[in-house]
Amino acid sequence: METAKFIVITGHYGCGKTNFAVNAALDIAKTGEKVTVVDLDIVNPYFRTADFKELLNSVGAELTVPMYANSNLDIPALDFDLIGLKKREGRIIIDVGGDDEGSKALGRFLPVLQGDSVMLYVVNKYRYLTSTPEEALELMREIEYASGLKCSGIINNSNLGEETNAETVRNSLKYAEELSRTAGIPVAATCCKAEYANGLPAAYPVKVYVKKPWEE
Amino acid sequence: MAEKSLMKGNEALAEAALRAGCKCFFGYPITPQTEISAYLSKRMPKVGGTFLQAESEVAAINMVYGCASSGIRCMTSSSSPGISLKTEGISYIAGADLPCVVINVQRGGPGLGGIQPSQADYWQVTHALGHGDFHALVFAPASVQEMVDTVTKAFDLADEFRMPAVILADGLLGQMMEPVQFDDAEIVLSDASKKPWAANGHQNKRKHNIINSLYLQPDQLEDKVAERFKRYEKVKAEHSEAVADYCDDADTVVVAYGSTARLAKSAVEAARKEGMKVGIIRPVTLWPFPVKQIQKACENAKNVLVVEMSMGQMIDDVKLAINCSKPVEFYGRTGGVIPKPAEILAKIKEMGGKN
Repeated sequence: METAKFIVITGHYGCGKTNFAVNAALDIAKTGEKVTVVDLDIVNPYFRTADFKELLNSVGAELTVPMYANSNLDIPALDFDLIGLKKREGRIIIDVGGDDEGSKALGRFLPVLQGDSVMLYVVNKYRYLTSTPEEALELMREIEYASGLKCSGIINNSNLGEETNAETVRNSLKYAEELSRTAGIPVAATCCKAEYANGLPAAYPVKVYVKKPWEE
Repeated sequence: MAEKSLMKGNEALAEAALRAGCKCFFGYPITPQTEISAYLSKRMPKVGGTFLQAESEVAAINMVYGCASSGIRCMTSSSSPGISLKTEGISYIAGADLPCVVINVQRGGPGLGGIQPSQADYWQVTHALGHGDFHALVFAPASVQEMVDTVTKAFDLADEFRMPAVILADGLLGQMMEPVQFDDAEIVLSDASKKPWAANGHQNKRKHNIINSLYLQPDQLEDKVAERFKRYEKVKAEHSEAVADYCDDADTVVVAYGSTARLAKSAVEAARKEGMKVGIIRPVTLWPFPVKQIQKACENAKNVLVVEMSMGQMIDDVKLAINCSKPVEFYGRTGGVIPKPAEILAKIKEMGGKN
């Protein structure tokens, strides 16, 4: 993947940023490189990276979460500083909250991130408000504006949750290509289960870690 | 049918309301239901409806009271503490025989409680959603698609019986994502055309329609309440709903609703795999409570297990439904803690030796 210190993961609410962030962190850790995941979600009270502390720690990956994440204190407080984190060895994956609202949290860290980060834009064709390349591009621009950073790659994470099959993924390729063409940045990865990866452009086999409590 | 899409429960409830013709939404933000407001604030103006963020929950429910009086389909949504604030208004709406839909995406309580999922508002929604002798229709969907389908049903039955309808969700159902499908029908926002009682301007063509819940004479009020309770009997006879699985030969029948039913079903299926005779019945309507369906599901059972995300509230209605004819036990977590299927399975096993 990219060589920058910070990998910033943005996208629409519910497009699968967290699942991608967890997969990417586990894969980086597997190569022996150090990796830290930062949960920068100031929007979502449920289903967030903070849920995966044990899993990440089990492969030697670190997790930094806001002190109130997953507590009953529903406030967007970020009680840490990326300057400190920058001194840490290895990669730092930042899982950002959804939409431009979530991306505002990046603004404060801009001086740290500029020049040493890549921002990836996760999309899901099957999510409302980003189901056409035009809508997805519009939101990408809003996120870039809110964060002060430019997206450099598209992560096509198109899925229908538990009903995802090979066709679901295949039917999203054109959408991702069209977004790539209009946005002027490449499709960096097409996320799918390993069994569907064959023949897909930039296929990135992922596991589904973000689950509902009855699926565990 | 349109292509499937992946939606959060809250978003799906909001879109479903539009498709049911809900023209006006009055709300006030509270976690974990805020996406309903956020979604409608973007969508309502595009389809010619009205989204209004009120100054408080009390204001929002009274806006619903006014809007419903004019015969237009309208809705409000909140989470537990906000619903408590709305109860006065809901009572007035029931007292004025008006239809509306109220969504409660429950969180932990009492008081400010927490923001994680809970089912601790069961007593409130089924027994005391405001002062006075009245009921509201209460639906407890268990999936995002079912929430979509329930919204239309809630509006239709609220109109038919001129009473408030509540969709009782919880933070888990509101926040989780599942594939959903809407039908292709064009969005047609409601008007008052089929509501001759609506106070929407008489145009000098008919008498005034007066919307009111105040009765100056006790016997008039008694007559009115009695008439309303006759309607409730019809609702009870025709609209109670439950889904039973694996109950026919079950020694233990689990009763659970909403997201807890999903957790319990996963435990029941695990028990079946181990050869235990366990079934599950899920009340889909909490008022009217599916008494007959529960009686039937528990007919051959030795014992019954009620699972809730509370200290045990629906359990009383289950005991009444089966006239306390067999032991009814309880397993639950509260305060925003979600019971794990493995915990429920352990309880089922514990009960396996008893009769």
